[in-house]
Amino acid sequence: MKVLVAVKRVVDYNVKIRVNSDQTAVETANVKMSMNPFDEIAVEEGIRLKEAGTASELIAFSIGPKQSQETIRTALAMGADRGILVETDTMVEPLAVAKCLKAVVEKENPDLVIVGKQAIDDDSNQTGQMLAALLGWSQGTFASNLDLSDGSIKVTREVDGGLETVDLKMPAVVTTDLRLNEPRYASLPNIMKAKKKTIDLTNPEELGIDISPRLTVLKVEEPAKRIAGVMVEDVAQLVDKLRNEAKVI
Amino acid sequence: MSVLVIAEHDNAELKPATLNTVAAATQLGDVDILVAGDNCSAVADTAAKIAGVGKVLKADAPALKTGLAENIAPMIVELSSGYSHILAPATTHGKNIMPRVAALLDVAQISEITSVVSADTFVRPIYAGNAMATVQSADAIKIITVRTTGFDAAPAEGGSATLEDVSNIMDAALSSFVGQELTVSERPELTSAKVVISGGRGMQSGENFPMLEEIADKLGAAVGASRAAVDAGFVPNDYQVGQTGKVVAPDLYIAVGISGAIQHLAGMKDSKVIVAINKDEEAPIFQVADYGLVDDLFEAVPALSAELDK
Ligand SMILES: Cc1cc2nc3c(=O)[nH]c(=O)nc-3n(C[C@H](O)[C@H](O)[C@H](O)COP(=O)(O)OP(=O)(O)OC[C@H]3O[C@@H](n4cnc5c(N)ncnc54)[C@H](O)[C@@H]3O)c2cc1C
Ligand SMILES: Nc1ncnc2c1ncn2[C@@H]1O[C@H](COP(=O)(O)O)[C@@H](O)[C@H]1O
Repeated sequence: MKVLVAVKRVVDYNVKIRVNSDQTAVETANVKMSMNPFDEIAVEEGIRLKEAGTASELIAFSIGPKQSQETIRTALAMGADRGILVETDTMVEPLAVAKCLKAVVEKENPDLVIVGKQAIDDDSNQTGQMLAALLGWSQGTFASNLDLSDGSIKVTREVDGGLETVDLKMPAVVTTDLRLNEPRYASLPNIMKAKKKTIDLTNPEELGIDISPRLTVLKVEEPAKRIAGVMVEDVAQLVDKLRNEAKVI
Repeated sequence: MSVLVIAEHDNAELKPATLNTVAAATQLGDVDILVAGDNCSAVADTAAKIAGVGKVLKADAPALKTGLAENIAPMIVELSSGYSHILAPATTHGKNIMPRVAALLDVAQISEITSVVSADTFVRPIYAGNAMATVQSADAIKIITVRTTGFDAAPAEGGSATLEDVSNIMDAALSSFVGQELTVSERPELTSAKVVISGGRGMQSGENFPMLEEIADKLGAAVGASRAAVDAGFVPNDYQVGQTGKVVAPDLYIAVGISGAIQHLAGMKDSKVIVAINKDEEAPIFQVADYGLVDDLFEAVPALSAELDK
């Protein structure tokens, strides 16, 4: 069984982002970039399926600028077998990512595609569902557990009320939630080994896909700042303020 | 052209998030609402009473019982002609279904809008709410999920919508529902509660959460948590407040033993009044708190409970 995972290069989750001065975008120059945390979880899950003997090959996919190769390298160092980069300098919306993924799926024929539930930059939470739609496949979103058997996969999903389990016909698309696993760090020997693994380069034109955006970003602004509050001495003062000043209890 | 809202429900009751979504929809045009489920007549009747709703579309079939996106999305696509916008709440249910609808229609989805600027322009948070993007859509039909905290709920009463049955319901036979483990609680639902008290890693264990529950019961509050508290197994996943959990904006949010990472703030910083209890005076949570108390929570929380009785 082949597994395909999608890995996006995003601003590291620890970075406090800034809006650029002309209010058109978030500043990304000279900012630490990393693999989207949910995609690390996707890669880890793929590796575990390989280690369990369920998966035979794990392919890491990314679409983005040249530097996204580093993100794919990270996946390779964690344990993926090879990479595919769809190179473009344009901003790619989830629908376009899903279309490129679909083209790759049709070439590679994986039985399972694992993507993150959400990219922490655009916070879209769309790509996996869109890919499943375009392929006519089943989808298991916000997964916290996978249980594969012949031709089907049981996915435990984190939903608003708690947990839910669905049974998906394979091939399927799964999107990862935080509790699915704890991703490993790449060891030094594996980082060295990853340098020899192949990354195939292609681009949207070659795949025959129009990635032009459907949304125009008119403005990007900082959200309204909260004004600093006060420190209270003790619990009695806190309750007094909540009752008589804020009047919320 | 009209706007279609996808109702959120459990076949028995309409969920409050639907009302906030209707409120967003009324800014865009005449509102119809789709109730897709199984044996969901009671929900359809409730939906017909929402102020501002013109027509309730009821799709009632076993294939729709558990909200499987593979079955619901194609049906929404069938219904989409004649609508300029389709909106669903940005709940796990809405987030699961709507991108599937958008892709089938070959249009973008606009996720988690917090305000409507015009029929084609919307504001949405990006980067954990550390920036707000105003985006304009060129698509013929706009597929949107609505962040409920951005819109005041539409009145649940006052409307008298007509009812129409939807036929042509298919089971895509791609997936099936196996079971669920829902968290049962007598307390208000986290995303619509007026008061929320959340615990973080500082709580040390799930056994200490009853301390917060005691206060929750005195204030009619819901209990939430940080990711760290959920990951550590103190409380179930549906307690998580934050960028990748639930977004809340109650009148009062009390953060106990939570440091205030940006991913947590993303889910609660629009609360009206924020209280932070943390023993570390440098904790970033104090930068957004209206009232901060530097204290050991194991002292402060019982004291708070006692003080509330006075
Ligand atoms: C992709 C991604 C998504 C994420 N999504 C979310 C999300 O949705 N929600 C979320 O919350 N986090 C999320 N996080 C995690 C986030 O970055 C933080 O790690 C998390 O919020 C920390 O939780 P915490 O404040 O409970 O724990 P900590 O940061 O460990 O803070 C514990 C606090 O408790 C205080 N404390 C300890 N003991 C006591 C005591 N006895 N009395 C008083 N105070 C005490 C400490 O001073 C400290 O400030 C996400 C992270 C990533 C990478
Ligand atoms: N440019 C990209 N390259 C690779 N994977 C992506 C890209 N954009 C989105 N994805 C995948 O889709 C998931 C959800 O992203 P989004 O729908 O943008 O929130 C991410 O976690 C990735 O797994």
